[in-house]
Amino acid sequence: MTRPRTLYEKIWDAHVVEQRPDGTCLIFIDRHLVHEVTSPQAFAGLRASGRTVRRPDLTLAVPDHNLPTTPRKDAAGQRLPIADAESAAQLAALETNAPAFGIRYIDAVAPEQGIVHVVGPEQGFSLPGTTIVCGDSHTACHGGIGALAFGIGTSEVEHVLATQTLLLQPAKTMEVRVEGEVGPGVTAKDIILHITGVIGAAGGTGHVIEYTGSAIRALSVEGRLTVSNMAIEGGARAGLIAPDDVTFAYLKGRPYAPKGADWDAAVAYWTSLATDLGATYDKTVVIDAADIAPSVTWGTSPEDVVPITGTVPAPDSFADPSKQAAAAKSLAYMGLEPGTRMQDVAIENIFIGSCTNSRIEDLRAAAAVLKGRHKAAGVKWAIVVPGSGLVKAQAEAEGLDRIFTDAGLEWREPGCSACLGMNPDKVPAGERCASTSNRNFVGRQGPGSRTHLVSPAMAAAAAVTGRLTDVRELID
Amino acid sequence: MAPIEKVEGRAIPFGLKNVDTDVIIPAKWLKTISREGLGRGAFETLRADPDNLFDNPEFAGAPILIAGDNFGCGSSREHAAWALGDLGIRVVIAPSYSDIFSGNAVKNGILPVVLPQTAIDRLMEVAATDPIHVDLDTQTVTTPFQDRFRFDIDPFRKMCLLNGLDEISLTEKSETAIAAHEKKMATDQPWLIPATP
Ligand code: SF4
Repeated sequence: MTRPRTLYEKIWDAHVVEQRPDGTCLIFIDRHLVHEVTSPQAFAGLRASGRTVRRPDLTLAVPDHNLPTTPRKDAAGQRLPIADAESAAQLAALETNAPAFGIRYIDAVAPEQGIVHVVGPEQGFSLPGTTIVCGDSHTACHGGIGALAFGIGTSEVEHVLATQTLLLQPAKTMEVRVEGEVGPGVTAKDIILHITGVIGAAGGTGHVIEYTGSAIRALSVEGRLTVSNMAIEGGARAGLIAPDDVTFAYLKGRPYAPKGADWDAAVAYWTSLATDLGATYDKTVVIDAADIAPSVTWGTSPEDVVPITGTVPAPDSFADPSKQAAAAKSLAYMGLEPGTRMQDVAIENIFIGSCTNSRIEDLRAAAAVLKGRHKAAGVKWAIVVPGSGLVKAQAEAEGLDRIFTDAGLEWREPGCSACLGMNPDKVPAGERCASTSNRNFVGRQGPGSRTHLVSPAMAAAAAVTGRLTDVRELID
Repeated sequence: MAPIEKVEGRAIPFGLKNVDTDVIIPAKWLKTISREGLGRGAFETLRADPDNLFDNPEFAGAPILIAGDNFGCGSSREHAAWALGDLGIRVVIAPSYSDIFSGNAVKNGILPVVLPQTAIDRLMEVAATDPIHVDLDTQTVTTPFQDRFRFDIDPFRKMCLLNGLDEISLTEKSETAIAAHEKKMATDQPWLIPATP
């Protein structure tokens, strides 16, 4: 009998092409997702060295980061140009590079276009037990279906394009077990915000985190993708959730998913991947689901999390002197005073979207709060950005778009949007945004922007009242 | 990629913790399709302050940057390494880095030295007035005041940096093993090849 192994170790072992004497391994990459921002220099590198793409069949390209989310076609169905010259150049580069290197390409106006981490699982291109990379740090997202997925830089993008492999050091393993049932109004986003608050922004450095426990198993695939998406905010290279029947039901019949006898063989294999009884992790953190409230960030690190019922902490409440200094800086940037009740913080902007929270379930949760209500007068800008064209179509079929527009929110085209200040969707300097994205870094949503990370339901609640709000007061 | 063996010069005593890649190079600078010229955007937000270290003539052309814990956290953008390189930085010294950043640094010929906070505190002091010497071969950081700090580095990364080696050419030497893996995958797990929709 072999030694009991964790999910991570099983996926890792199955992908080792070669092991170097120092323990570094050449790892085969099963899926490579490519977008317009981190790929132009990689393709330029291939051209310069006369290399080709080794496995175009395992590669999928889709633009998302800097596409504007305003209509992409005019009334006559003609594609509209992108005003920003640099964004247009990046998009044009991908449009040329994908066919030139024989890569599958979902173009900017295709019905399947969307955020790369929404598109991968939705198309069944991302599969359990595979290794997945993409030049975006939230690639960890695909861990929600049990894939070992992580973000890479442009040199690595070039390396994977050329060789379909990466040189990696095995990571340590960390288990974050969330046991019990979450209360009403508490979503997958609150779970991962709470986890990040507990373990800290560097808590998972050098580790791959496997999320386990009854509260994780109870999540839909959408919720699991949300949790794993933010593994990187806890410092981990990747997140993982063991694939189960919920995962298989989600993937079955998706365009690139295995079919027929292949499907059965795949399911049998995926089922065998779960962490063995008796396998050990290098680190384990146990969290009681009952302790998790609807959560919100107050600072400029995703570890700066408090329950919505909490207050802005005082810098000297932290033991670590460097954290005290960082907190003081954060508060100055965020324009917040210690002791302020989070629920008294006024919000001018609402962003519901990003690869963390733009799937159908997220939009349903936001719509449930907004139905029959209207955004507050103090909310100047509120947008809902579906994660993909397919999510958009589904939401429209369910009438969610009407709920949003009736409530005074804008309904946009799919893309990364205000998750990062790269496209026209930005939060003005000095203003606050209740945002369903994953990062509250300085300037992330535009220079001077102040981000409060929340769940879609909490963002909707903030839209209604014009301040950070405990969504439990608006649902019954 | 230029090899690194010894780097001597002024070190920017930056020292801040949890510096994310958005701070190193803001998102608006990512819209390039080439790798050069990003030094202009490096630390842009901090450089809005006229007293910032990066535009201080004292540290003009400094090849070393001293930083705090968890340097390069956040977004995986490799532009952070390009921006540092374009700024003339060859070595970063910090107590810890985000995994992605340290990988990107090495791939772009920047040496990420890990030293404990006590050593960082001392180097920050020295850097304010004097040069620092980094020797990759002997894995030491020294100062004109007899300070000597040894650092660890992954031997493969060390070899790549010392020789200025490009990783793709190295990997191409493993062609037989890669092809064997592909063959095994095609027979054992044919469903791994994406279905035709
Ligand atoms: S939505 Fe944000 S985090 Fe997700 S892929 Fe786009 S930019 Fe990256």
